Amino acid sequence: MIKVEHLYKNFGDFKALKDISLEINDGEIVSLIGPSGSGKSTLLRCIHGLEKADKGTVYLDGERMDPADKAKYAAQRRKMGFVFQHFNLFNNKTVLENCMLAPMSVGGKSEEEARAIAMEYLGKVGMADKIDSYPSRLSGGQKQRAAIARALCMNPEMMLFDEPTSALDPEMIKEVLDVMKELGRQGMTMIVVTHEMGFARKVGNRVVFLEAGEIIEENESEAFFSAPSSDRAKDFLSKVFYD
Amino acid sequence: MADIFTAENLQFMLKGAGFSLLLALGAVAIGCVLGIIFAIFKLSKNKILNFFGNVYVEIFRGTPMLLQILFFYLGVPVLYQRITGTRMNANPYIVGLIALSFNSGAYQTELIRSGIQGVDKGQWEACETLGISYKTMMKEIILPQAFKQIIPPLVSEFIMLIKDSSLISNIGALELLYSAQVLGKKYYDYLDPLIIAAVMYLTMTIVISWLAKKLERRLSVSD
Ligand SMILES: Nc1ncnc2c1ncn2[C@@H]1O[C@H](COP(=O)(O)OP(=O)(O)O)[C@@H](O)[C@H]1O
Ligand SMILES: [Mg+2]
Repeated sequence: MIKVEHLYKNFGDFKALKDISLEINDGEIVSLIGPSGSGKSTLLRCIHGLEKADKGTVYLDGERMDPADKAKYAAQRRKMGFVFQHFNLFNNKTVLENCMLAPMSVGGKSEEEARAIAMEYLGKVGMADKIDSYPSRLSGGQKQRAAIARALCMNPEMMLFDEPTSALDPEMIKEVLDVMKELGRQGMTMIVVTHEMGFARKVGNRVVFLEAGEIIEENESEAFFSAPSSDRAKDFLSKVFYD
Repeated sequence: MADIFTAENLQFMLKGAGFSLLLALGAVAIGCVLGIIFAIFKLSKNKILNFFGNVYVEIFRGTPMLLQILFFYLGVPVLYQRITGTRMNANPYIVGLIALSFNSGAYQTELIRSGIQGVDKGQWEACETLGISYKTMMKEIILPQAFKQIIPPLVSEFIMLIKDSSLISNIGALELLYSAQVLGKKYYDYLDPLIIAAVMYLTMTIVISWLAKKLERRLSVSD
């Protein structure tokens, strides 16, 4: 479970996040949506600690995440897998090596153990036949599935996705969303920044709508899409749905 | 003039060329280690480490190489004697290697720093989210990618070192240029030994450039 309390984040004078409070329960799939520049990535990155919030607190399973408490903080962060828009696979490593590095160097696994773990998750995302490929030889969809497998190899309790399909060609979006859907079905807690409204509506349980660094609306997915209560959410939805 | 081209003399010069190559190889390797350390210093958030990184680079890039060689060969023994009270005999080969290494290290610091900065930010963030330690990240991800980008300037650096190793002749190490001078003195003919030396330097530098191009092509195939 994640709890965000009164989070603020500035970049210089610019207020990227203003007083964000949010709770995500175990097994829940929360979609973060909102216009470009509204602070979705910043919020996700603050939750993981890739960005340091200026004010506010993140609690993981009821315990405060405190960067000053280094060992504990590192252990907490390891419970969260992170998937980037641009995959960020290690360019100088094969798919298999990408997946084995952290389990071996961070998780203390032996080479055989790490290989077994990597093969298991690469199999699950349908990448078993690409284990020896370098990232540059993969399609975007394959890269993202490998990146998801890499994060899963650290056995995280929850997964944070920052626009996982935004850099993909249209025909590859579904293969990645399918992997995410299956993850959710198996009970993974997920926070997903996405522009895939179909995914947010059908797979996600809840929607958090951000604009200009503030949470404007928060609702069950179906309710949000069928009857958004705020004008700004209505306006946003009217822009993303073409009809 | 013909009697200068004996097998013995050519062998003498080839040996000198071998020393030049070894000195350059040793210096590029030691300089690389220094370059990695000081590049990390320069990129560190720690102000003291930044300072040491900057001072090192400025000193060795801002003073003549010959001065550095003479400093290590003639200056350091005096310093040693002042501090310990005992004399130290400097070996010109070792001193030459040290001087070349420190000099090359300063240039390689800047190369490696720019290589590291050229690695996509996402690679660092991926390591961070996976909990990978700074050391593992540098060794496994960042430095390999940084080096791949800076192969061409590193090769230029190596070629410079082969040429600059000739400065070691000033402290009496029998590298290629000094070998030529020795023969020149012996035969009262500097022209032929110097031409032979030039041909040998050129052979080394051309072969190295050619090998580097092949290596680069091989590496670009792997990704
Ligand atoms: N590192 C940064 N430095 C300065 N401004 C930033 C930085 N990261 C994000 N911003 C700004 O913060 C705002 C929110 O960015 P972001 O969280 O990436 O938005 P979103 O993901 O919703 O598109 C944007 O206006 C962006 O320009
Ligand atoms: Mg974003």
